[in-house]
Amino acid sequence: MIRPTRAGLTLTAVVLAGTGLLTYGGLRGTLSYYRTPAEVAADPDARTTRARLGGTVVPGSVEHHGGQTVFRLVADGHEITVRQHGMPPDTFRPGQDAVVEGVLGPDGVFRSDQVLVRHGNEYRPADTDTGTDAGTGTGTGTDAGTER
Amino acid sequence: MMGKVELSNQGYPLDRHPPRWTADGRRGAADRRTLGWLAAGLGAVAAPAGLLIAPPDQLQGNTQRLMYLHVPAAWTAYLAFAAVLAASLGYLATRDLRWDRCARVAAELGVGLTALTIALGALWGRAVWGTWWDWDPRLVSTALLLLVYAGYLARRQVLAQRYAEAGPLAAHRVARPAAFTGMAGFVLVPVVHFSVVWWRSLHQPATILAPERPPIHPLMATALLLSLAAFTAGAAWIFLRRLAALDRSTPAGTGHPPTPAVEARPAADRATLVEIR
Repeated sequence: MIRPTRAGLTLTAVVLAGTGLLTYGGLRGTLSYYRTPAEVAADPDARTTRARLGGTVVPGSVEHHGGQTVFRLVADGHEITVRQHGMPPDTFRPGQDAVVEGVLGPDGVFRSDQVLVRHGNEYRPADTDTGTDAGTGTGTGTDAGTER
Repeated sequence: MMGKVELSNQGYPLDRHPPRWTADGRRGAADRRTLGWLAAGLGAVAAPAGLLIAPPDQLQGNTQRLMYLHVPAAWTAYLAFAAVLAASLGYLATRDLRWDRCARVAAELGVGLTALTIALGALWGRAVWGTWWDWDPRLVSTALLLLVYAGYLARRQVLAQRYAEAGPLAAHRVARPAAFTGMAGFVLVPVVHFSVVWWRSLHQPATILAPERPPIHPLMATALLLSLAAFTAGAAWIFLRRLAALDRSTPAGTGHPPTPAVEARPAADRATLVEIR
């Protein structure tokens, strides 16, 4: 009774292929989207395979040398120096989270060719304080003290 | 819930239509118009609130205003998929094809809104993250959500073609497998929503729906809530309009648009046809 139509088979194939592709792509870079400096430093494969490294841009560590940007990423007390080829996005700021993609060099410097800026779920106007000191009174007043 | 079941229709209730709130009559049309004006009014308030009154974000500048479209689009897509779930359950419980049409319309709406969410998110991501797309759990799961419900609609289409000649029961042969697919697809909605909590991601976590709401400027929150209301009302309006159009094009006793099959016509029409012959 059930006679698969060509359209049905094609659709099923497209959906399955798409799902497979997305799942594979999603899971490829190990199971997590990025790794912390401590994880990258401890991983012997990090020097040979591309990885994403995530952390907070250490304030005061950003330097521009010609076409390169050098900065440090920190998370959980571990730091890695990143040498980025090309300009980071305009939203790149010290103190913000960033995810870089590249390979860890033999000198322990992470050579990156892409910087992605992570932004938090907090929104405030430009003319107020940076939020490093809690309780500037610009939030909804629910709990300004829980900032990271 | 349903009245008496017509034995002549092999246990399925006849597809009586239309219910009041989707009625093609003056009352239903007026109700839909009211909802449409409500959505337009909310949109007219939300637009200046989001574009002018809310301040630009400190880090993201004016780009952050994309939030007032991206977040409501995602929210209404969630709502639409919840409606698919509810309507699919409704169909399986009652075998009433009106529920099936609700599920179909909600899925169409949800697919469109999910595509809109991804497109707006890509623009926002390009401006703030520095990339249109990355293999982030939120982005991947949202793309899967789109794929699953597009597959749901495609499956309906394929089944409808396969059973086109099956007479009055054709619609039920589409509706039943479609209902199971529609319910199964909803599993992805919480995965999408909590992906930013469960896994490390590039995408930021929720603000309004966060358990401990992080700071957001009151004017920004107001613009977002107004836009959420406008999107919700607008989506409900489109839903009812589409549903009414589908009801109109569905002859009583079948679940799909008119076919030349004589059996599909109401008895009165059939008699006329016989007479003409």
